[in-house]
Amino acid sequence: MATAALKRTPLYEAHRAAGAGLVPFAGWQMPVQYEGVRAEHLAVRSSCGVFDVSHMGEVETSGPQAEELLQRLLSNDLSKLDVGGAQYSVLCREDGGILDDLFTYRLAKERYLTITNAANHERDFAWFSEHASDFEAEVTDAIADYAMLAVQGPEARAIVAQLADGALPPRMHTATLGVVGAEMLVCGTGYTGEDGVELLMAAERAVDVWEAVTGGGAHPAGLAARDTLRLEVCFHLYGNDMDERRNPIEAGLGWCCVEETGFIGADAVAAARERGTDEKLAPFVLTGPGIPRQGNAVVVGGEEMGVVTSGTLSPSLDVGIGMAYVAAELAEPGTEIEIDVRGKPRAARIESKPLYRKEG
Amino acid sequence: MADETYPDDLRYHPEHDWARIEGDEATFGITWFAQDALGEVVFYEPPAIGASASKDEAYTEVESVKAVSDVYAPLSGEILAVNQAAADKPELLNEDPYGQGWLVRVKLSDPSEADELMDADAYRAMLAEDGG
Repeated sequence: MATAALKRTPLYEAHRAAGAGLVPFAGWQMPVQYEGVRAEHLAVRSSCGVFDVSHMGEVETSGPQAEELLQRLLSNDLSKLDVGGAQYSVLCREDGGILDDLFTYRLAKERYLTITNAANHERDFAWFSEHASDFEAEVTDAIADYAMLAVQGPEARAIVAQLADGALPPRMHTATLGVVGAEMLVCGTGYTGEDGVELLMAAERAVDVWEAVTGGGAHPAGLAARDTLRLEVCFHLYGNDMDERRNPIEAGLGWCCVEETGFIGADAVAAARERGTDEKLAPFVLTGPGIPRQGNAVVVGGEEMGVVTSGTLSPSLDVGIGMAYVAAELAEPGTEIEIDVRGKPRAARIESKPLYRKEG
Repeated sequence: MADETYPDDLRYHPEHDWARIEGDEATFGITWFAQDALGEVVFYEPPAIGASASKDEAYTEVESVKAVSDVYAPLSGEILAVNQAAADKPELLNEDPYGQGWLVRVKLSDPSEADELMDADAYRAMLAEDGG
């Protein structure tokens, strides 16, 4: 893709001024790192980081049957989502293949906002629109309406609270608050395993909010640190750890699937849950040197028994970590495996989630 | 991180490697430009002593959190010594790429290959031309 065709977030110039390396990501020119991935990662674990995630998409669903439409599309039980609540789910095909993973916020009784992955946004919106015709509901592509900042880390709430005109919402809830003088949606969600908030605002507000948050002590953090943070706590990355060829059961996402709701793909998910799957996604840690990478083979007894879907050096643990689809019988914590890292066998062990836990 | 420098006493390979040639032996490492492009080096596993390095071919790898980079041999020869300190503390490649961040010492099989390498001025000119 030509650089000229890449979209820029409202913070593009702020990123350049902060010394960011900018890279193409899902059609956007995004900051991959500023001072360095390790420093940014550790800042989020110990104090606070702020991520520009304005590349993420938004789809608004509204109308008398908005809940019924989303109940049909999303894997989780929408009837459990109250106004001001947040819910994680996957979007499945009829055969259970995962089209995307999504956070949905219920803004009002008949109004929902769903956050899409940048690379899937157009496909998701088309899927929502295609199914909306069966319901008294309207689906709107809201990607142009929002810039999005994730403020994450143990000090994130204190930094944002100083800028807000009301109490921040608790974890997995939302509130509409004035922040730095403009009304925006504040969500108690994130992708780092730390406490914090995500802010959804009009694009023209992004620079002021970015400057206020960084001025308050948040470290600019890029997509590279976002990836290492989420992998330490075993959050899935769409396109790496799941895609249309995987169902939520093998991906370890059965917890966000409520088949009784009759969502598209529910029958396939129920069957996979009952029968079990040949493979399962499992987190692992290298017990010696090396850094596992996406695509490395998992080897047991000289035989290829799986594939790494995400791998990195863990800045918090200082060891190689990753997630891999492995034969189901190997997915138990404690199982010793090897990762074939470009021809070198690296000793590893299946672990339970998350790989990184806060102390104390 | 070190300041950008390209010492005049070294010879340079276009893949951003340097050689400090002393008779029929040489020390290899990566240039300031290479370590800057890579970012923080977090993993380096030295090749085996006695292994051979072939000019223009990868003889080892260095890794950042996000990526793996091949390291190319500026000259051919047999590896006599490796920098275990850099393996234990890979950030030495960032902090001191021409000193404590050296990678291997090699017995050269054909010292005349050095004629094909660039001096510091030519390497700096190449970087300038690449927009580096």
